[in-house]
Amino acid sequence: MRTLRFTLSLALLLSAAPTMAQESKVVLKDAPGRDKAQVCVACHSLDYIPMNSRFMDKAGWTASVNKMINVFGAPIAKEDVDAIASYLAQNYGKK
Amino acid sequence: MSSGPDRTRRKLLQGAGAAGALAMGTAAAGRALAAPVGDTASLGLAQIPEGTLAEQMLYALPGKVPLIKKTFRPPNFETPVEYFRTAITPNKAFFVRYHLAGIPQPIRAADWSLSVGGDSAEREMKFSLAQLKKDFKAAEVMAVCQCSGNRRGLFEPHVAGVEWGVGAMGNALWRGVRLKDVLAKAGVKPGALEVVMDGADGPAIPKTPDFVKSLPVEMAMSDDVLIAFEMNGQPLPHWNGFPARLIVPGWTGTYWVKHLASVRVMSQPEKNFWMSTAYRLPRGKFDTPTFKSQLYSANEPITAMVVNSLVTSLRSGQQIARGKPIEVRGVAWDRGNGIAKVEVSTDTGSSWKPAKLGKDHGRYGFREFSLSEPTSESGARVVMARATSKSGETQVNELIWNPAGYHHNVIQKIYVEVV
Repeated sequence: MRTLRFTLSLALLLSAAPTMAQESKVVLKDAPGRDKAQVCVACHSLDYIPMNSRFMDKAGWTASVNKMINVFGAPIAKEDVDAIASYLAQNYGKK
Repeated sequence: MSSGPDRTRRKLLQGAGAAGALAMGTAAAGRALAAPVGDTASLGLAQIPEGTLAEQMLYALPGKVPLIKKTFRPPNFETPVEYFRTAITPNKAFFVRYHLAGIPQPIRAADWSLSVGGDSAEREMKFSLAQLKKDFKAAEVMAVCQCSGNRRGLFEPHVAGVEWGVGAMGNALWRGVRLKDVLAKAGVKPGALEVVMDGADGPAIPKTPDFVKSLPVEMAMSDDVLIAFEMNGQPLPHWNGFPARLIVPGWTGTYWVKHLASVRVMSQPEKNFWMSTAYRLPRGKFDTPTFKSQLYSANEPITAMVVNSLVTSLRSGQQIARGKPIEVRGVAWDRGNGIAKVEVSTDTGSSWKPAKLGKDHGRYGFREFSLSEPTSESGARVVMARATSKSGETQVNELIWNPAGYHHNVIQKIYVEVV
C-alpha cells in the first residue's frame, strides 16, 4: 500500500490540486540559506516555518531539522543541517 | 487619564493574567475587537505565536466554509469560534487535521474497502461500505472530536508543532457500526492486546512513518467505539475521513483514524513512531486513563480528554452598555463523565455563580451553558468560566505545561468594560 500511496501523493503534488494552489504564495524570507531551506517543501508547505516563529533558538531549529531527517526521512544532506538551522534561526528564530 | 475607573481597570488587568497582556485604554479595546483572524488573546487566553498570527488566514477548502488556515500541506484548518455558539458543529466548518500529505482524492465509496485481521484475529476479512452497512447493526453517538494539541499555540513557553488556537475541535452526531461487532465477525482470539488502525492517507515520501494508531483491545471492544460513515446525517466530508473513520468518544482525535483502511487485532504493542514517540505525556501529570500496554518509564500515550469549556459570546476589550447584562455563553465538554456544572465569575474569580446548562446531548457531547449577569455600575470586569465534570474534575488556573503541548484547559479571563 505504501507504493500506491507514494504514487498517489506524487500525483497529488504534480497535479497541483486546486486546494494547494494558494500554497505557492507562501514564500520564505529572502536571506542567505533560503535555497537550502526550500527542500522542506518536498514533504510539507512552507507555512510550517513562519507558524513556528518566533520562539525557537538555533538549537531548537537544529533539533527540528534533525527530527525531519531522523524520524521522517527528509532528503536533507547532513552537511546542510547547520546552514538550514542558521537560516531558520536568523529569520524565524527567537528574537 | 488617571481617573478612578481607569486605575481600577489597570488593577483588574494585572490580576487577569493572560488577559492583562492586552494593552489598556479604549483605543486598545477597539483594536482588540478588530483582532486578527484566530487570535486567542481576545478570548482571554495566552496569545498564539506572532508568526502563526501573521501567517494564518481564512481559507475555504473544497466543500468547506472559510476556516483558519494553519498549514496548506498537509492541510490543517481550525474552526473559528463563532461555530461553537451552537452545540453541534456544522460539517462544513469542522476542523481539518492531517499529519502526512499523501491524501488520496477523491476517494470513491464504491472502491473503498476495510481489511480486518491481525495475528489475534481468527480470520482475515474484507468489507465493502455496502456490506458494513448491510451486515451490522447501525449505531450512533454524539461526541466531541478534539485534537490532542488543541490550544497548543497558547503554551508558554511555546512548543513546536501545529500552533492551534481553540478551534481544533468539534461536536457531531456520528453514525456507523460498532467496531466490536466488526471485530467479532473476524473473531478475536484470547491474548489480543491492541487493535491497530491504518487510514488510506500516507506520507509524501516513502521513508516517513505512515500514520498508524492503536487502541487497547478493551477500549476497541467498548460499545461506544464506532466505524462511522455519517456525520450529522450526511456522509463524512472528504476532509473529515470519507468514507469511514473511527470514532473513539472521550479520547483525543489522534485515535479517530480517518479514511479507515484496515483494523488489525494484535498480540503485541504497536511500536511505530506515532505510538512510541509521538502523542506522549510525561507520566503522572494528568489524571487520565492509562494505556497499559504502551507505558514507558518516562512517558505514556495521551488517552482521554481533560474537562474544558469555551466562552463564545464575549471578546476581551468588548464594551457593554451600563444597565445591560453581561451575557456569558459557551460550551463545555469532558471525556464522557458528563458536565456537572459550569460556574461563571464576573469579578476575576472572587465569586462564582452556576451557569444554566443547556440540553444534554449525551455524555460525550458539547454542553451549552449560559449566564446573564446584570450590570449597574461602569468599570472593568474580568469574566471567567469553569467547567466541572461529574467525576469532580475541573479546569485549571495555571497551565500544566508538557513538551508536546497537550491538554490545555486553562480558565479564560476575558476583560470587558461596562460603560
